[in-house]
Amino acid sequence: MAGQKLTATQRIEGVGKLAVAFVESVGNGGIIIAESFYWLLFGVRERQPVRISAVIQQMMDIGVAAIPIIILLTGTIGVMLAIQGIHTLRIFGAESRVTVGIAFSVVREFAPLITGILVAGRSGSALAARIGTMKINQEIDALKVMGINPTRFLVVPALVAMLVMVPALTLLGIFMGLFAAGLYVNADLGISLAAYAHDTIDILSLDDLGHGLGKSCIFAVLIAVIGVVNGAGVQGGAEGVGKATTRSVVQAISAIIITDMLFAFVATR
Amino acid sequence: MRNPQSIMEERKTRERPQSGPGAVIEVEDLVTHYGERMILKGVSMQVLENEIMVIMGGSGSGKSTLLRHLMALEEKTSGSMRILGKDIDQITRKEFLDVRKKLGVAFQSGALFSSMTVGENIMLPLYEHTDLDALTMEIMARMKLEVVELSGFENLMPSELSGGMIKRAAFARAIVMDPKVLFCDEPSAGLDPVVASALDDLILDMRDAMGMSIVVVTHELDSAFKIADRITILDRGEILMIGTVEEVLASKSDRVQALLNRIPEEDTMDPDEYLSRLVGEDNPGTAHL
Repeated sequence: MAGQKLTATQRIEGVGKLAVAFVESVGNGGIIIAESFYWLLFGVRERQPVRISAVIQQMMDIGVAAIPIIILLTGTIGVMLAIQGIHTLRIFGAESRVTVGIAFSVVREFAPLITGILVAGRSGSALAARIGTMKINQEIDALKVMGINPTRFLVVPALVAMLVMVPALTLLGIFMGLFAAGLYVNADLGISLAAYAHDTIDILSLDDLGHGLGKSCIFAVLIAVIGVVNGAGVQGGAEGVGKATTRSVVQAISAIIITDMLFAFVATR
Repeated sequence: MRNPQSIMEERKTRERPQSGPGAVIEVEDLVTHYGERMILKGVSMQVLENEIMVIMGGSGSGKSTLLRHLMALEEKTSGSMRILGKDIDQITRKEFLDVRKKLGVAFQSGALFSSMTVGENIMLPLYEHTDLDALTMEIMARMKLEVVELSGFENLMPSELSGGMIKRAAFARAIVMDPKVLFCDEPSAGLDPVVASALDDLILDMRDAMGMSIVVVTHELDSAFKIADRITILDRGEILMIGTVEEVLASKSDRVQALLNRIPEEDTMDPDEYLSRLVGEDNPGTAHL
Protein backbone atom coordinates (compact mmCIF):
# COMPACT_ATOMS: atom_id res chain seq x y z
CA MET A 1 0.00 0.00 0.00
CA ALA A 2 1.13 3.55 -0.73
CA GLY A 3 2.39 5.37 2.31
CA GLN A 4 3.13 2.18 4.24
CA LYS A 5 6.55 2.04 5.93
CA LEU A 6 8.91 -0.48 4.42
CA THR A 7 10.23 -3.19 6.70
CA ALA A 8 13.96 -3.89 6.90
CA THR A 9 13.45 -7.08 4.90
CA GLN A 10 11.66 -5.18 2.15
CA ARG A 11 14.46 -2.61 2.03
CA ILE A 12 17.09 -5.34 1.72
CA GLU A 13 14.94 -7.02 -0.92
CA GLY A 14 14.75 -3.71 -2.82
CA VAL A 15 18.52 -3.28 -2.74
CA GLY A 16 18.93 -6.89 -3.86
CA LYS A 17 16.57 -6.37 -6.81
CA LEU A 18 18.44 -3.21 -7.83
CA ALA A 19 21.74 -5.09 -7.69
CA VAL A 20 20.34 -7.93 -9.79
CA ALA A 21 18.91 -5.43 -12.31
CA PHE A 22 22.30 -3.69 -12.54
CA VAL A 23 24.17 -6.96 -13.09
CA GLU A 24 21.54 -7.99 -15.66
CA SER A 25 21.95 -4.69 -17.54
CA VAL A 26 25.74 -5.01 -17.57
CA GLY A 27 25.38 -8.60 -18.79
CA ASN A 28 22.95 -7.55 -21.52
CA GLY A 29 25.36 -4.80 -22.56
CA GLY A 30 28.21 -7.30 -22.80
CA ILE A 31 26.09 -9.66 -24.89
CA ILE A 32 25.08 -6.82 -27.22
CA ILE A 33 28.71 -5.80 -27.74
CA ALA A 34 29.80 -9.40 -28.38
CA GLU A 35 26.89 -10.04 -30.73
CA SER A 36 27.52 -6.76 -32.58
CA PHE A 37 31.15 -7.61 -33.23
CA TYR A 38 30.12 -11.11 -34.33
CA TRP A 39 27.75 -9.69 -36.97
CA LEU A 40 30.29 -7.08 -37.99
CA LEU A 41 32.95 -9.74 -38.59
CA PHE A 42 30.90 -12.72 -39.74
CA GLY A 43 27.72 -11.13 -41.13
CA VAL A 44 28.82 -11.66 -44.73
CA ARG A 45 29.50 -15.36 -44.06
CA GLU A 46 26.03 -15.68 -42.48
CA ARG A 47 24.54 -13.95 -45.56
CA GLN A 48 23.35 -11.12 -43.32
CA PRO A 49 25.94 -8.39 -43.88
CA VAL A 50 25.84 -5.08 -42.07
CA ARG A 51 24.47 -2.59 -44.60
CA ILE A 52 26.83 0.29 -45.38
CA SER A 53 23.85 2.50 -46.24
CA ALA A 54 22.44 2.00 -42.73
CA VAL A 55 25.80 2.91 -41.19
CA ILE A 56 26.07 6.06 -43.33
CA GLN A 57 22.52 7.07 -42.39
CA GLN A 58 23.41 6.68 -38.71
CA MET A 59 26.66 8.61 -39.21
CA MET A 60 24.69 11.48 -40.72
CA ASP A 61 22.26 11.51 -37.78
CA ILE A 62 24.85 11.06 -35.04
CA GLY A 63 27.75 13.00 -36.50
CA VAL A 64 26.99 15.45 -39.29
CA ALA A 65 23.81 16.78 -37.68
CA ALA A 66 25.72 17.41 -34.43
CA ILE A 67 28.49 19.53 -36.00
CA PRO A 68 26.92 22.98 -35.34
CA ILE A 69 26.26 22.32 -31.65
CA ILE A 70 29.71 20.75 -31.17
CA ILE A 71 31.34 23.82 -32.76
CA LEU A 72 29.30 26.17 -30.57
CA LEU A 73 29.85 24.38 -27.26
CA THR A 74 33.49 23.38 -27.61
CA GLY A 75 34.28 26.90 -28.82
CA THR A 76 32.52 28.29 -25.77
CA ILE A 77 34.38 25.89 -23.47
CA GLY A 78 37.67 26.97 -25.08
CA VAL A 79 36.92 30.64 -24.41
CA MET A 80 35.79 29.83 -20.86
CA LEU A 81 39.04 27.97 -20.19
CA ALA A 82 41.04 30.91 -21.54
CA ILE A 83 39.14 33.37 -19.32
CA GLN A 84 39.56 31.24 -16.20
CA GLY A 85 43.17 30.36 -17.01
CA ILE A 86 44.23 33.95 -17.54
CA HIS A 87 42.36 35.05 -14.41
CA THR A 88 44.04 32.39 -12.26
CA LEU A 89 47.55 32.69 -13.68
CA ARG A 90 47.42 36.48 -13.41
CA ILE A 91 47.68 35.98 -9.62
CA PHE A 92 51.17 34.57 -10.20
CA GLY A 93 51.98 36.87 -13.10
CA ALA A 94 52.17 33.86 -15.38
CA GLU A 95 49.22 34.52 -17.68
CA SER A 96 51.39 34.04 -20.77
CA ARG A 97 51.62 30.33 -19.81
CA VAL A 98 47.86 29.94 -20.17
CA THR A 99 48.39 28.02 -23.44
CA VAL A 100 49.67 24.99 -21.50
CA GLY A 101 46.51 24.69 -19.41
CA ILE A 102 44.22 25.27 -22.36
CA ALA A 103 45.97 22.76 -24.60
CA PHE A 104 46.00 19.91 -22.08
CA SER A 105 42.49 20.63 -20.79
CA VAL A 106 40.86 20.82 -24.21
CA VAL A 107 42.65 17.87 -25.81
CA ARG A 108 42.68 15.45 -22.88
CA GLU A 109 39.48 16.38 -21.05
CA PHE A 110 36.95 18.90 -22.26
CA ALA A 111 36.59 18.07 -25.95
CA PRO A 112 36.01 14.32 -25.39
CA LEU A 113 33.81 14.98 -22.35
CA ILE A 114 31.59 17.64 -23.92
CA THR A 115 31.29 15.67 -27.15
CA GLY A 116 30.39 12.51 -25.24
CA ILE A 117 27.76 14.28 -23.18
CA LEU A 118 26.27 15.96 -26.25
CA VAL A 119 26.10 12.75 -28.26
CA ALA A 120 24.58 10.93 -25.27
CA GLY A 121 21.90 13.62 -25.02
CA ARG A 122 21.18 13.77 -28.74
CA SER A 123 21.79 10.32 -30.15
CA GLY A 124 21.89 7.95 -27.16
CA SER A 125 18.40 9.07 -26.16
CA ALA A 126 17.20 8.88 -29.78
CA LEU A 127 18.54 5.33 -30.03
CA ALA A 128 16.77 4.29 -26.81
CA ALA A 129 13.53 5.93 -27.97
CA ARG A 130 13.73 4.36 -31.43
CA ILE A 131 14.39 0.84 -30.18
CA GLY A 132 11.83 1.21 -27.37
CA THR A 133 9.15 2.41 -29.80
CA MET A 134 9.98 -0.40 -32.21
CA LYS A 135 9.68 -2.87 -29.37
CA ILE A 136 6.24 -1.73 -28.22
CA ASN A 137 5.04 -1.53 -31.84
CA GLN A 138 6.18 -5.17 -32.31
CA GLU A 139 8.59 -4.06 -35.04
CA ILE A 140 11.42 -6.00 -33.34
CA ASP A 141 9.26 -9.13 -33.35
CA ALA A 142 8.47 -8.49 -37.01
CA LEU A 143 12.20 -8.38 -37.77
CA LYS A 144 12.77 -11.67 -35.94
CA VAL A 145 9.95 -13.45 -37.75
CA MET A 146 11.29 -12.13 -41.07
CA GLY A 147 14.61 -13.79 -40.19
CA ILE A 148 16.39 -10.46 -39.75
CA ASN A 149 18.61 -10.33 -36.68
CA PRO A 150 17.66 -7.14 -34.77
CA THR A 151 21.19 -6.66 -33.39
CA ARG A 152 22.69 -6.79 -36.88
CA PHE A 153 19.96 -4.62 -38.38
CA LEU A 154 19.53 -1.98 -35.66
CA VAL A 155 22.44 -2.03 -33.23
CA VAL A 156 25.54 -2.61 -35.36
CA PRO A 157 25.00 0.40 -37.68
CA ALA A 158 24.48 2.66 -34.65
CA LEU A 159 27.52 1.23 -32.84
CA VAL A 160 29.80 1.55 -35.86
CA ALA A 161 28.53 5.07 -36.57
CA MET A 162 29.18 6.03 -32.93
CA LEU A 163 32.70 4.54 -33.06
CA VAL A 164 33.52 6.62 -36.13
CA MET A 165 31.64 9.83 -35.40
CA VAL A 166 32.29 10.38 -31.67
CA PRO A 167 36.10 10.48 -32.15
CA ALA A 168 35.60 12.56 -35.33
CA LEU A 169 33.42 15.05 -33.45
CA THR A 170 35.95 15.03 -30.61
CA LEU A 171 38.71 15.95 -33.06
CA LEU A 172 36.54 18.76 -34.39
CA GLY A 173 35.85 19.83 -30.79
CA ILE A 174 39.58 19.88 -30.06
CA PHE A 175 40.29 22.19 -33.00
CA MET A 176 37.35 24.44 -32.22
CA GLY A 177 38.14 24.64 -28.49
CA LEU A 178 41.79 25.47 -29.15
CA PHE A 179 40.93 27.94 -31.93
CA ALA A 180 38.31 29.81 -29.89
CA ALA A 181 40.64 29.94 -26.89
CA GLY A 182 43.40 31.24 -29.17
CA LEU A 183 41.16 34.06 -30.37
CA TYR A 184 40.47 35.10 -26.77
CA VAL A 185 44.13 34.84 -25.75
CA ASN A 186 45.03 36.95 -28.76
CA ALA A 187 42.46 39.57 -27.84
CA ASP A 188 43.26 39.64 -24.10
CA LEU A 189 47.01 39.05 -23.95
CA GLY A 190 48.04 40.17 -27.43
CA ILE A 191 49.70 36.81 -28.18
CA SER A 192 49.48 36.25 -31.93
CA LEU A 193 47.55 33.26 -33.23
CA ALA A 194 50.71 31.93 -34.89
CA ALA A 195 52.63 32.04 -31.60
CA TYR A 196 49.68 30.49 -29.77
CA ALA A 197 49.49 27.68 -32.35
CA HIS A 198 53.25 27.13 -32.16
CA ASP A 199 53.15 26.92 -28.35
CA THR A 200 50.19 24.54 -28.45
CA ILE A 201 51.81 22.16 -30.96
CA ASP A 202 55.03 22.33 -28.96
CA ILE A 203 53.31 21.35 -25.71
CA LEU A 204 51.05 18.62 -27.02
CA SER A 205 52.22 15.15 -27.99
CA LEU A 206 50.51 12.40 -29.95
CA ASP A 207 49.92 10.68 -26.59
CA ASP A 208 47.70 13.56 -25.52
CA LEU A 209 45.68 13.29 -28.70
CA GLY A 210 45.50 9.52 -28.29
CA HIS A 211 44.32 10.02 -24.71
CA GLY A 212 41.43 12.21 -25.83
CA LEU A 213 40.45 10.12 -28.85
CA GLY A 214 40.84 6.82 -26.97
CA LYS A 215 38.43 8.03 -24.33
CA SER A 216 35.98 9.14 -26.99
CA CYS A 217 35.94 5.59 -28.45
CA ILE A 218 35.02 4.19 -25.04
CA PHE A 219 32.32 6.86 -24.67
CA ALA A 220 30.94 5.88 -28.09
CA VAL A 221 30.52 2.24 -27.03
CA LEU A 222 28.98 3.28 -23.70
CA ILE A 223 26.44 5.60 -25.34
CA ALA A 224 25.38 3.00 -27.91
CA VAL A 225 25.13 0.10 -25.50
CA ILE A 226 23.30 2.05 -22.78
CA GLY A 227 20.83 3.36 -25.38
CA VAL A 228 20.19 -0.11 -26.76
CA VAL A 229 19.87 -1.83 -23.36
CA ASN A 230 17.38 0.78 -22.15
CA GLY A 231 15.43 0.75 -25.41
CA ALA A 232 15.25 -3.04 -25.49
CA GLY A 233 14.04 -3.08 -21.89
CA VAL A 234 11.04 -0.82 -22.50
CA GLN A 235 7.78 -1.94 -20.97
CA GLY A 236 4.44 -0.22 -20.71
CA GLY A 237 3.88 1.72 -23.91
CA ALA A 238 4.67 5.38 -24.56
CA GLU A 239 5.29 6.14 -20.88
CA GLY A 240 7.85 3.32 -20.81
CA VAL A 241 9.62 4.79 -23.83
CA GLY A 242 9.82 8.18 -22.10
CA LYS A 243 11.26 6.64 -18.95
CA ALA A 244 13.77 4.56 -20.91
CA THR A 245 14.90 7.64 -22.85
CA THR A 246 15.46 9.67 -19.67
CA ARG A 247 17.20 6.74 -17.98
CA SER A 248 19.41 6.26 -20.99
CA VAL A 249 20.62 9.89 -20.94
CA VAL A 250 21.24 9.88 -17.17
CA GLN A 251 23.07 6.54 -17.24
CA ALA A 252 25.14 7.42 -20.31
CA ILE A 253 26.27 10.79 -18.91
CA SER A 254 27.05 9.21 -15.52
CA ALA A 255 29.00 6.40 -17.19
CA ILE A 256 30.94 8.90 -19.33
CA ILE A 257 31.96 11.05 -16.36
CA ILE A 258 32.93 8.06 -14.18
CA THR A 259 34.87 6.45 -17.06
CA ASP A 260 36.57 9.76 -17.76
CA MET A 261 37.80 9.96 -14.19
CA LEU A 262 38.99 6.33 -14.19
CA PHE A 263 40.68 6.78 -17.57
CA ALA A 264 42.45 9.94 -16.39
CA PHE A 265 43.58 8.16 -13.22
CA VAL A 266 44.94 5.12 -15.07
CA ALA A 267 46.49 7.12 -17.92
CA THR A 268 48.39 9.47 -15.62
CA ARG A 269 49.97 6.76 -13.41
CA MET B 1 -24.23 -15.03 -30.94
CA ARG B 2 -25.72 -15.21 -34.43
CA ASN B 3 -27.94 -18.12 -35.36
CA PRO B 4 -25.65 -21.12 -36.16
CA GLN B 5 -27.78 -21.88 -39.23
CA SER B 6 -27.14 -18.42 -40.72
CA ILE B 7 -23.41 -18.84 -40.03
CA MET B 8 -23.36 -22.15 -41.89
CA GLU B 9 -25.44 -20.70 -44.76
CA GLU B 10 -22.95 -17.85 -45.12
CA ARG B 11 -20.02 -20.28 -45.18
CA LYS B 12 -21.66 -22.22 -48.03
CA THR B 13 -21.46 -19.16 -50.29
CA ARG B 14 -17.75 -19.73 -50.71
CA GLU B 15 -16.07 -22.89 -51.91
CA ARG B 16 -13.28 -24.05 -49.62
CA PRO B 17 -10.25 -25.99 -50.76
CA GLN B 18 -9.36 -29.20 -48.94
CA SER B 19 -6.69 -28.94 -46.29
CA GLY B 20 -3.60 -31.04 -46.98
CA PRO B 21 -2.89 -34.20 -45.04
CA GLY B 22 0.45 -33.02 -43.68
CA ALA B 23 0.96 -30.70 -40.73
CA VAL B 24 2.97 -27.49 -41.16
CA ILE B 25 3.04 -26.92 -37.42
CA GLU B 26 2.89 -29.57 -34.71
CA VAL B 27 2.85 -28.65 -31.04
CA GLU B 28 3.12 -31.33 -28.37
CA ASP B 29 2.46 -30.73 -24.67
CA LEU B 30 3.65 -27.11 -24.75
CA VAL B 31 4.13 -25.59 -21.31
CA THR B 32 5.25 -22.01 -20.77
CA HIS B 33 5.65 -19.66 -17.84
CA TYR B 34 5.93 -15.90 -17.41
CA GLY B 35 7.93 -15.69 -14.20
CA GLU B 36 6.25 -18.15 -11.87
CA ARG B 37 2.87 -17.96 -13.62
CA MET B 38 2.02 -20.85 -15.91
CA ILE B 39 0.50 -19.46 -19.11
CA LEU B 40 0.18 -22.52 -21.33
CA LYS B 41 -0.53 -25.80 -19.57
CA GLY B 42 0.35 -28.60 -21.94
CA VAL B 43 -1.06 -27.41 -25.26
CA SER B 44 -1.02 -29.86 -28.17
CA MET B 45 -2.27 -28.96 -31.63
CA GLN B 46 -1.53 -29.16 -35.35
CA VAL B 47 -1.94 -26.74 -38.22
CA LEU B 48 -2.50 -28.57 -41.50
CA GLU B 49 -1.36 -27.64 -45.01
CA ASN B 50 -3.58 -25.09 -46.75
CA GLU B 51 -5.70 -24.70 -43.62
CA ILE B 52 -6.99 -21.61 -41.86
CA MET B 53 -6.71 -22.34 -38.15
CA VAL B 54 -8.36 -19.79 -35.88
CA ILE B 55 -7.26 -19.60 -32.26
CA MET B 56 -9.95 -18.16 -29.99
CA GLY B 57 -10.31 -17.55 -26.32
CA GLY B 58 -11.10 -14.90 -23.77
CA SER B 59 -8.66 -12.29 -22.52
CA GLY B 60 -5.80 -13.94 -20.65
CA SER B 61 -6.55 -17.37 -22.11
CA GLY B 62 -3.02 -17.57 -23.55
CA LYS B 63 -3.90 -17.26 -27.26
CA SER B 64 -1.39 -14.48 -27.99
CA THR B 65 1.30 -16.38 -26.08
CA LEU B 66 0.51 -19.51 -28.09
CA LEU B 67 0.79 -17.51 -31.31
CA ARG B 68 4.19 -16.14 -30.24
CA HIS B 69 5.33 -19.72 -29.61
CA LEU B 70 4.06 -20.84 -33.00
CA MET B 71 6.14 -18.03 -34.53
CA ALA B 72 9.16 -19.23 -32.47
CA LEU B 73 9.40 -15.91 -30.65
CA GLU B 74 9.23 -17.28 -27.11
CA GLU B 75 11.23 -19.76 -25.05
CA LYS B 76 9.08 -22.61 -23.83
CA THR B 77 9.36 -24.36 -20.47
CA SER B 78 8.76 -27.81 -21.91
CA GLY B 79 7.14 -29.62 -24.79
CA SER B 80 8.11 -29.92 -28.42
CA MET B 81 7.33 -28.02 -31.58
CA ARG B 82 7.88 -28.80 -35.24
CA ILE B 83 7.57 -26.07 -37.83
CA LEU B 84 7.52 -27.17 -41.48
CA GLY B 85 8.73 -30.59 -40.40
CA LYS B 86 11.70 -29.30 -38.40
CA ASP B 87 11.98 -29.76 -34.65
CA ILE B 88 12.97 -26.24 -33.62
CA ASP B 89 14.96 -27.53 -30.63
CA GLN B 90 17.13 -29.73 -32.84
CA ILE B 91 17.93 -27.52 -35.83
CA THR B 92 20.99 -25.40 -36.51
CA ARG B 93 20.83 -21.63 -36.63
CA LYS B 94 20.97 -21.67 -40.43
CA GLU B 95 18.10 -24.16 -40.64
CA PHE B 96 16.15 -22.03 -38.18
CA LEU B 97 16.73 -18.98 -40.38
CA ASP B 98 15.54 -20.96 -43.42
CA VAL B 99 12.38 -21.88 -41.53
CA ARG B 100 11.85 -18.27 -40.52
CA LYS B 101 12.04 -17.15 -44.16
CA LYS B 102 9.01 -19.35 -44.87
CA LEU B 103 6.89 -17.68 -42.19
CA GLY B 104 4.98 -14.42 -42.57
CA VAL B 105 3.30 -12.42 -39.87
CA ALA B 106 0.78 -9.61 -39.81
CA PHE B 107 0.80 -8.18 -36.29
CA GLN B 108 -2.19 -6.54 -34.64
CA SER B 109 -0.59 -3.11 -34.90
CA GLY B 110 0.77 -3.78 -38.38
CA ALA B 111 4.33 -3.30 -37.04
CA LEU B 112 5.35 -1.41 -40.16
CA PHE B 113 8.69 0.36 -39.79
CA SER B 114 7.77 3.99 -39.31
CA SER B 115 11.01 5.30 -40.83
CA MET B 116 10.38 3.53 -44.15
CA THR B 117 7.78 4.04 -46.86
CA VAL B 118 5.14 1.38 -47.44
CA GLY B 119 7.10 0.15 -50.47
CA GLU B 120 10.37 -0.05 -48.54
CA ASN B 121 8.61 -1.95 -45.76
CA ILE B 122 7.39 -4.54 -48.24
CA MET B 123 10.74 -4.80 -50.01
CA LEU B 124 12.72 -5.24 -46.79
CA PRO B 125 12.55 -9.08 -46.62
CA LEU B 126 13.50 -9.26 -50.32
CA TYR B 127 16.37 -6.83 -49.78
CA GLU B 128 17.65 -8.84 -46.81
CA HIS B 129 17.21 -12.37 -48.10
CA THR B 130 17.50 -12.30 -51.88
CA ASP B 131 19.92 -11.06 -54.53
CA LEU B 132 17.17 -9.51 -56.64
CA ASP B 133 17.88 -6.17 -58.30
CA ALA B 134 16.05 -3.07 -57.11
CA LEU B 135 13.66 -2.95 -60.09
CA THR B 136 12.52 -6.56 -59.58
CA MET B 137 11.98 -5.91 -55.88
CA GLU B 138 9.90 -2.85 -56.70
CA ILE B 139 7.79 -4.83 -59.15
CA MET B 140 7.25 -7.59 -56.59
CA ALA B 141 6.29 -5.04 -53.93
CA ARG B 142 3.77 -3.48 -56.33
CA MET B 143 2.33 -6.92 -57.10
CA LYS B 144 1.80 -7.64 -53.41
CA LEU B 145 0.25 -4.23 -52.91
CA GLU B 146 -2.10 -5.07 -55.77
CA VAL B 147 -3.08 -8.31 -53.96
CA VAL B 148 -4.07 -6.33 -50.86
CA GLU B 149 -5.69 -3.58 -52.96
CA LEU B 150 -3.21 -0.88 -52.00
CA SER B 151 -1.80 -0.10 -55.44
CA GLY B 152 -0.26 3.35 -55.66
CA PHE B 153 0.41 3.65 -51.93
CA GLU B 154 4.03 2.47 -52.04
CA ASN B 155 5.52 5.93 -51.57
CA LEU B 156 3.43 6.88 -48.54
CA MET B 157 4.73 6.62 -44.98
CA PRO B 158 2.86 4.30 -42.58
CA SER B 159 1.74 7.36 -40.59
CA GLU B 160 -0.23 8.49 -43.65
CA LEU B 161 -2.34 5.31 -43.79
CA SER B 162 -5.62 4.44 -42.03
CA GLY B 163 -5.87 1.50 -39.60
CA GLY B 164 -7.29 -0.83 -42.25
CA MET B 165 -4.67 0.20 -44.80
CA ILE B 166 -1.86 -0.41 -42.30
CA LYS B 167 -3.15 -3.94 -41.76
CA ARG B 168 -3.33 -4.50 -45.52
CA ALA B 169 0.21 -3.20 -45.96
CA ALA B 170 1.32 -5.53 -43.16
CA PHE B 171 -0.28 -8.42 -45.06
CA ALA B 172 1.57 -7.37 -48.21
CA ARG B 173 4.89 -7.42 -46.33
CA ALA B 174 4.01 -10.75 -44.71
CA ILE B 175 3.38 -12.46 -48.06
CA VAL B 176 6.18 -10.88 -50.09
CA MET B 177 8.44 -13.95 -49.64
CA ASP B 178 5.51 -16.28 -50.47
CA PRO B 179 5.50 -17.89 -47.01
CA LYS B 180 4.23 -21.39 -46.29
CA VAL B 181 2.59 -20.23 -43.08
CA LEU B 182 1.03 -16.84 -42.40
CA PHE B 183 0.27 -15.71 -38.86
CA CYS B 184 -2.32 -13.00 -38.22
CA ASP B 185 -2.74 -11.48 -34.78
CA GLU B 186 -6.22 -9.97 -34.31
CA PRO B 187 -6.55 -8.88 -37.96
CA SER B 188 -9.94 -7.23 -37.50
CA ALA B 189 -9.39 -5.68 -34.07
CA GLY B 190 -10.18 -1.99 -33.96
CA LEU B 191 -11.68 -1.87 -37.44
CA ASP B 192 -15.24 -1.05 -38.48
CA PRO B 193 -17.34 -4.06 -39.58
CA VAL B 194 -17.06 -3.30 -43.31
CA VAL B 195 -13.26 -3.03 -43.27
CA ALA B 196 -13.02 -6.06 -40.94
CA SER B 197 -15.15 -8.14 -43.31
CA ALA B 198 -13.01 -7.06 -46.27
CA LEU B 199 -9.89 -8.19 -44.39
CA ASP B 200 -11.53 -11.58 -43.75
CA ASP B 201 -12.14 -11.88 -47.50
CA LEU B 202 -8.52 -10.97 -48.10
CA ILE B 203 -7.34 -13.76 -45.77
CA LEU B 204 -9.51 -16.27 -47.62
CA ASP B 205 -8.32 -14.95 -50.99
CA MET B 206 -4.67 -15.23 -49.96
CA ARG B 207 -5.13 -18.83 -48.85
CA ASP B 208 -6.96 -19.73 -52.05
CA ALA B 209 -4.50 -17.95 -54.36
CA MET B 210 -1.24 -18.84 -52.63
CA GLY B 211 -2.07 -22.15 -50.98
CA MET B 212 -0.56 -21.19 -47.64
CA SER B 213 -1.59 -22.25 -44.16
CA ILE B 214 -2.89 -19.38 -42.07
CA VAL B 215 -3.06 -19.12 -38.30
CA VAL B 216 -5.35 -16.38 -37.04
CA VAL B 217 -5.75 -15.26 -33.45
CA THR B 218 -8.98 -13.41 -32.93
CA HIS B 219 -11.77 -12.86 -30.46
CA GLU B 220 -14.17 -11.67 -33.19
CA LEU B 221 -16.70 -14.49 -33.50
CA ASP B 222 -18.13 -13.40 -36.86
CA SER B 223 -14.68 -13.19 -38.35
CA ALA B 224 -13.66 -16.57 -36.90
CA PHE B 225 -16.74 -18.34 -38.25
CA LYS B 226 -16.29 -16.75 -41.66
CA ILE B 227 -12.67 -17.70 -42.26
CA ALA B 228 -11.91 -20.77 -40.12
CA ASP B 229 -11.45 -24.28 -41.40
CA ARG B 230 -10.84 -25.37 -37.83
CA ILE B 231 -10.99 -23.51 -34.54
CA THR B 232 -8.86 -24.00 -31.44
CA ILE B 233 -10.50 -22.68 -28.29
CA LEU B 234 -8.18 -21.84 -25.42
CA ASP B 235 -9.26 -21.26 -21.86
CA ARG B 236 -6.88 -20.38 -19.03
CA GLY B 237 -3.91 -21.87 -20.87
CA GLU B 238 -5.61 -25.12 -21.80
CA ILE B 239 -7.27 -26.24 -25.01
CA LEU B 240 -11.01 -26.54 -24.51
CA MET B 241 -11.60 -27.97 -27.96
CA ILE B 242 -10.28 -28.14 -31.50
CA GLY B 243 -12.80 -28.65 -34.23
CA THR B 244 -14.51 -27.41 -37.34
CA VAL B 245 -16.95 -24.52 -37.17
CA GLU B 246 -19.83 -27.01 -37.20
CA GLU B 247 -18.30 -28.94 -34.30
CA VAL B 248 -17.68 -25.80 -32.28
CA LEU B 249 -21.21 -24.53 -32.82
CA ALA B 250 -22.61 -27.90 -31.79
CA SER B 251 -20.43 -28.20 -28.69
CA LYS B 252 -22.28 -28.97 -25.48
CA SER B 253 -19.43 -27.65 -23.31
CA ASP B 254 -20.63 -24.89 -20.97
CA ARG B 255 -17.34 -23.01 -21.31
CA VAL B 256 -17.43 -23.17 -25.11
CA GLN B 257 -21.01 -21.99 -25.16
CA ALA B 258 -20.17 -19.25 -22.65
CA LEU B 259 -17.43 -18.00 -24.98
CA LEU B 260 -19.65 -18.18 -28.05
CA ASN B 261 -22.49 -16.36 -26.28
CA ARG B 262 -20.15 -13.86 -24.61
CA ILE B 263 -21.23 -14.83 -21.10
CA PRO B 264 -18.77 -13.59 -18.43
CA GLU B 265 -16.78 -16.40 -16.88
CA GLU B 266 -18.03 -15.75 -13.34
CA ASP B 267 -21.63 -16.30 -14.47
CA THR B 268 -20.86 -19.89 -15.42
CA MET B 269 -18.63 -20.75 -12.46
CA ASP B 270 -19.55 -22.64 -9.38
CA PRO B 271 -20.20 -19.92 -6.71
CA ASP B 272 -17.86 -21.59 -4.20
CA GLU B 273 -15.06 -21.80 -6.78
CA TYR B 274 -15.63 -18.17 -7.75
CA LEU B 275 -15.49 -17.03 -4.11
CA SER B 276 -12.39 -19.13 -3.52
CA ARG B 277 -10.64 -17.50 -6.50
CA LEU B 278 -11.77 -14.04 -5.42
CA VAL B 279 -10.31 -14.29 -1.92
CA GLY B 280 -7.20 -16.09 -3.17
CA GLU B 281 -7.56 -19.40 -1.34
CA ASP B 282 -6.18 -21.20 -4.41
CA ASN B 283 -3.19 -18.94 -4.52
CA PRO B 284 -2.80 -17.13 -1.19
CA GLY B 285 0.35 -15.32 -2.33
CA THR B 286 -1.51 -13.25 -4.91
CA ALA B 287 -4.33 -11.88 -2.77
CA HIS B 288 -3.82 -8.68 -0.81
CA LEU B 289 -7.22 -7.60 0.49
